[in-house]
Amino acid sequence: MIESISPRNDRLLLAGFILAVVLGPIILAPFGAGYPDLLQKFAIFGIFAIGFNILFGLTGYLSFGHAAFLGVGSYAAVWMFKLLTMNVIPAIIFAVIVSGLFSVVIGYISLRRSGIYFSILTLAFAQMSYNLAYSVLTPITNGETGLQITLSDPRILDAAAADRTLPLSNFFGLPMNRTWDVELLGMGLQFNVGYYVCAVALIAGFYIAMRIFRSPFGLMLRAVKSNQNRMLYTGLNTRPYTLAAFVISGMYAGLAGGLMAATDPLAGAERMQWTASGEVVLMTILGGAGTLLGPVLGAGIIKYCEQIFSSFNDQVVAAFFGFLPDWLRDAAVWITSPFVGDGWHLTLGVVFMLVIIFLPGGLMEGVTRLIRWVRGRAGGRQVTVPAE
Amino acid sequence: MSLLTVRNLSKNFGGLKALDNVNLTVEQGSVHAIIGPNGAGKSTLLNCMVGRLEPDTGIVDFAGVSLLGLTPFQINQAGVARVFQTPEIFGDLTVLENVMIPALARRDGPFRLNGWAPIRGEAQIERRARATLADLGLEGQALQIAGTLSRGDKRRLELAMCLVQEPKLLLLDEPTAGMARADTNRTIDLLKTIAGRGLTMVVIEHDMHVVFSLAQRISVMAQGTVIAEDVPEKIKGNPKVQEAYLGGAHA
Repeated sequence: MIESISPRNDRLLLAGFILAVVLGPIILAPFGAGYPDLLQKFAIFGIFAIGFNILFGLTGYLSFGHAAFLGVGSYAAVWMFKLLTMNVIPAIIFAVIVSGLFSVVIGYISLRRSGIYFSILTLAFAQMSYNLAYSVLTPITNGETGLQITLSDPRILDAAAADRTLPLSNFFGLPMNRTWDVELLGMGLQFNVGYYVCAVALIAGFYIAMRIFRSPFGLMLRAVKSNQNRMLYTGLNTRPYTLAAFVISGMYAGLAGGLMAATDPLAGAERMQWTASGEVVLMTILGGAGTLLGPVLGAGIIKYCEQIFSSFNDQVVAAFFGFLPDWLRDAAVWITSPFVGDGWHLTLGVVFMLVIIFLPGGLMEGVTRLIRWVRGRAGGRQVTVPAE
Repeated sequence: MSLLTVRNLSKNFGGLKALDNVNLTVEQGSVHAIIGPNGAGKSTLLNCMVGRLEPDTGIVDFAGVSLLGLTPFQINQAGVARVFQTPEIFGDLTVLENVMIPALARRDGPFRLNGWAPIRGEAQIERRARATLADLGLEGQALQIAGTLSRGDKRRLELAMCLVQEPKLLLLDEPTAGMARADTNRTIDLLKTIAGRGLTMVVIEHDMHVVFSLAQRISVMAQGTVIAEDVPEKIKGNPKVQEAYLGGAHA
């Protein structure tokens, strides 16, 4: 295990995590990432990756279809908005339940195989779901337009308060898009209701994952990754363990999908596409599969690159290199421009390759090495002090 | 009293008769060795006992219960533990975790969704695991990653994983394969100590030194059948055995 498992370290890790998430809008403001839309993405994809890591990081089963659960969660949440109430809590709970049931079915079938065959089965199921959402399931998914809320929806619990405008998703009356702008040390800070709803879910998700990692159940999941044959001859049935991990991670994905719909009440089939499933794999591996913090870190970095690098254009790059002589500036712009704007995937690809080659355990391996190096230096100094 | 009874067991692979009407009775508290040349059917017999292979005909009864049709984990839960020819351990986990897993399996059964309680709270399981490790001289390596152990230590760890479950029957598939003489002798002593506590064992082994040091009864297999079964002294002098298996080298 990369992370230390003493109870004190766990409490510190959790406290640090809560602090970082709560102060997210302040910490990330200097990096240009302190606005609600991006902060919500960090939290939502963080949850998605934490859940994915419970399956992939612990059991080693690589699912290429987890976006299907994300999509199902979104559809379930929007249906709750349409039928019951615009309060996000029932929608999120319903999203988790529906994606959980969906993952029981897909997991039960896919887990009959392991390795690459399991990956292909999950990929096939996800693509099937994606295509069904566009075709025969149009009455449920509203096809290409995507599922949206309309004025004519029943909304049984909210009906009395309905007026002629489209209602907003809310947390017990507090609209999800409500933002308080605060000026602090010359920085414009934005505290958003939607972000804090996602943040509470992220912290809860992280805490549950931590409990699972440190439990006998978590140990069994790591045993699945290590040696299934030995497990069988040790009196353990691997099937329910892998299915439980699959369903738990499916429910995390459903929670993420539900939160997506809660912050922006519409759901489209593109959320289920295989590229979305691939993205969570990248996030987990980039951050460090099997570590607690890694997936959140990976999700944050990928979403940050996506938002920030993709917003750069040639003018921004030219301004950045403005201090150089004209000919050198043009050369620098020519070299870097393919890596920004629409080409941000190129940057992500290069970063991903460098991490995999030099830090196969993901960024968390880098962090661990750094801590060890610093401790080694500190330890070295302590040894030399008495000698002086 | 017999603990394990195999009656008229047959298994064909296509046209090959791997097991042909095999009979075997293992007495409670004894060490029973199965020997025979390569391809005699020893491993097939073992695999039929542990649920890896389904025999075509015959019965396998363990403590009065039929093992046929049961999966390997059900057979383990019934009290049969197995040591493999190449140690099967959890290479990515610590030595202590390797032994805690079987201890948990014995207490909690084949599956338990125990995802909230911390593993640190399992003091009794950890104590038992550490005691078993100490028993086999591995207590110093408790926090080492199991995959980094030496070959001999891996074998001892696998044995610890079986013993912590307090099985009724221990199956050993060539427990000294690939070992140097000194290591082999150490393993023999260890197995003798364990046998001395009354644990019933079935040992498949090529090394005659091991077999004659350990076994109270020996079954000799050749071409899928048991050609002789007796106490070691009589097996040594059995002309059928010498012809089929021991050959010129031991004759």
